Amino acid sequence: MNSFLLIAILLVLASVGYQFGQRRARSVSGGHPSTLHSRPQYYGFYVALWCGIPSVLLMALWLILEPHVAEWMLISNLPEDIQSLPEDRLSLLLNDVKNLASGNIVSREVDASLQAAADGYASVRQIGNAAMTVVAIAIAVLGLAFARKRISPELRARNLVERTVSVLMIIASTIAILTTIGIVMSLLFEAMRFFARVPWYEFLFGLEWSPQTALRADQVGASGAFGAIPLFAGTLLITFIAMCVAVPIGLFSAIYMSEYAPQRMRAIVKPMLEILAGVPTVVYGFFAALTVAPFIRRTGESLGMTVSSESALAAGVVMGIMIIPFVSSLSDDVMNAVPRALRDGAFALGATKSETIKQVIFPAALPGIVGSLLLAMSRAIGETMIVVMAAGLAANLTADPLEAVTTVTVQIVTLLVGDQEFDSAKTLAAFALGLVLFAVTLTLNVIALNVVRRYREKYD
Amino acid sequence: MTDSTAPTAALRRADLSEERLGRRYAAEKRFRAYGLMAIFAALAILGLLIGTIVLNGYTAFVQTHIAVPVYLDPQVIDPQDTNDPQIMGRADYQGLLRTSLRDRFPDVSGRRDRLKLYGILSNGAGLDVRDAVLSDPSIIGTTQTLWVKSSDDIDSLVKGYIDRTLPESDRRVKDNEIVWIEALEADGAIETQFNTTFFTAGDSREPEQAGIWGAVVGSFYTLLITLVLTFPIGVLSAVYLEEFAPKNKWTDLIEVNINNLAAVPSIIFGLLGLAVFLSIFGLPRSAPLVGGMVLALMTLPTIIIAARAALKAVPPSIREAALGVGASRLQVVTHHVLPLALPGIMTGTIIGMAQALGETAPLLMIGMVAFIVDIPGGVTDPATVLPVQIFLWADAPERAFVEKTNGAIMVLLGFLILMNALAVLLRKRFERQW
Repeated sequence: MNSFLLIAILLVLASVGYQFGQRRARSVSGGHPSTLHSRPQYYGFYVALWCGIPSVLLMALWLILEPHVAEWMLISNLPEDIQSLPEDRLSLLLNDVKNLASGNIVSREVDASLQAAADGYASVRQIGNAAMTVVAIAIAVLGLAFARKRISPELRARNLVERTVSVLMIIASTIAILTTIGIVMSLLFEAMRFFARVPWYEFLFGLEWSPQTALRADQVGASGAFGAIPLFAGTLLITFIAMCVAVPIGLFSAIYMSEYAPQRMRAIVKPMLEILAGVPTVVYGFFAALTVAPFIRRTGESLGMTVSSESALAAGVVMGIMIIPFVSSLSDDVMNAVPRALRDGAFALGATKSETIKQVIFPAALPGIVGSLLLAMSRAIGETMIVVMAAGLAANLTADPLEAVTTVTVQIVTLLVGDQEFDSAKTLAAFALGLVLFAVTLTLNVIALNVVRRYREKYD
Repeated sequence: MTDSTAPTAALRRADLSEERLGRRYAAEKRFRAYGLMAIFAALAILGLLIGTIVLNGYTAFVQTHIAVPVYLDPQVIDPQDTNDPQIMGRADYQGLLRTSLRDRFPDVSGRRDRLKLYGILSNGAGLDVRDAVLSDPSIIGTTQTLWVKSSDDIDSLVKGYIDRTLPESDRRVKDNEIVWIEALEADGAIETQFNTTFFTAGDSREPEQAGIWGAVVGSFYTLLITLVLTFPIGVLSAVYLEEFAPKNKWTDLIEVNINNLAAVPSIIFGLLGLAVFLSIFGLPRSAPLVGGMVLALMTLPTIIIAARAALKAVPPSIREAALGVGASRLQVVTHHVLPLALPGIMTGTIIGMAQALGETAPLLMIGMVAFIVDIPGGVTDPATVLPVQIFLWADAPERAFVEKTNGAIMVLLGFLILMNALAVLLRKRFERQW
């Protein structure tokens, strides 16, 4: 909470700076604000920016670097024999020291040297935090004084402020790019580390998935197999089932809504379909696990079939329900974009409405519809909560929708939820799966967006 | 030949066309019916979804209470007569309740049956007594009839979730428990009351003591961080892209990038948060701070796209007029365009926030799935959020957590409906036709 207090203090300082700057500008103008280059507010903003930006930058830098510096100091203060411990045991010990310093539960006996290290660590962090607060406030005050001193009627305050704002805007708009780069880099980097342990062809083409790596070297039966084909197959099976549900319902409701429905019905039904898109996926997951899956199982059993309680069918059907609104609203838009003239032409030849739709509008809208289906499919592939709650964990290579299958997203979640060390093959495998998932959905999206855009241009 | 057959052929053609027309009209009707059926199917599913949740969930808002006459023994509560709330708070209230139950059912004997009998009350029932004593210490030494929480199994029994006609081995509540409950019911000592615990407590392993408040507070902090980060960044970049950016390769790249980011699966953002915020920056696990940052990156594209649409809707004549009277380009934006576009931007922001409120998967990646009892006090405290709480409860084995899960879903959907209604209202109120 300390840093929030500091941010509040800096904000107050900046607004004080704004007042100072404005007043100073009025006074240097000698009662004639028109002699100033800019309006007095801009001098205020000028001072506030000088006051706020350097200190906030310093604070951000500190928050990023501080834990690393403190840890480095902690290690260099530890006795020699501990420093020479292997990496993983050292990091365990460091964790204990940190926990001890913050008053948490520790996993080992607390001896004098550990206590001393913890005390040292706590005091380093405390001193560091205090120093940072003082330095940040000092820089803010210095910036304020400096900027205030520079105020003169000739100072081009508006230009300076506007230039700063436009730099801020450019930085803000690059964050989207940075996010993509961050995603690609972190996935690639961790996936490379994974592929250093498990060859990529084994991962992409292996038929067996059992990510339990051995805890001890001599342990039996837990060698860990990282063949992801069963996961891809399971994902495709569930996505296929989902599309089987969503495409007919979504397309037909889009056709009815755009071609037949009277205005009043559209106004009521459309928002209701949007509700389906707004329901959180965890709710769908719960619905799938508690209502749909038991229902399918009971139905199957009454027909004399054995149905797994985590059948792919249940997860797929509910996922299909989730993507109905994507299919219907995108296709609705696409069909509405078909020019009136095509419709009128077909009617003039004596075609009925359904013939017009089937033989004129649908073929004309087909590229756009395909695009929307691809987008919906990429949604289904990347959807997590429904399958985590309703699909299985065991990787079966099967095409039977009544059996339990697992998906890429389910495995990412099960590999990463809970406490493991960060660089085991098990955790790294999740990033390799994430990379595949990202690549597949990105490809689908790029194709879909291009198809839709080209389609729009055709009729614009 | 041709002459003689012409009329009959024409006749036949007319018949045929009549028939074909009938078929075509039938096809038309069928097609229309398919469309209607699809819409009804979608709406029926929506109804089923909401219906099952409400039907299974509304009982989460009430809780079975049992009236127990307790003798508030001063020897137990405050033996030294100190009147110190600290000492009074530590007393064995659960023991007092047990004594009272023993007195009510004197013929129950044997260790196992006694334990069963004590088990009809919640483990937290003693806290109810403690609160009553602490709020009014003068009742010490008297016998008070207090309403205390029942255990989750008894709660399920009273609410009718357990079929009393099943054979004893098939149900969690045994015959003798049912006898006691029926006796208490005959006394009028069993009542379902509004479940305040559900709205004020944090998570718990005991369903009757579990509440959503911890998750609600966690969601609040997480969304606060998301809003603080995503609104300024989103608006700044939308303004830049819409009003200032030159049309070149770089801005094209940003545009394509934003459109694609909007469709990246949310779990990927969780992986990003895990690899960058937790591993590289060393931020705390399970904290709303990191959750908010991840959700901010996830909702940023939504907000940028909405804000750009709102800015685009402001007619160029307004910009030209402002430029004409000598405003700088930034003044045009801050004094004229932005205020006019603000309702649209707000609408987009609220919708983005609603999306972030319902998101679960990325938060699982950064450790917000821990079992956390305490109400978080700040953005760096370990916390969980409402959808993750639903996920955790959905996995819990106790029968009583099913209704809690449904109840929590109802609360979550309530918040979402509220936010979306606000967005619609904002759009209706401030929408302008230029």
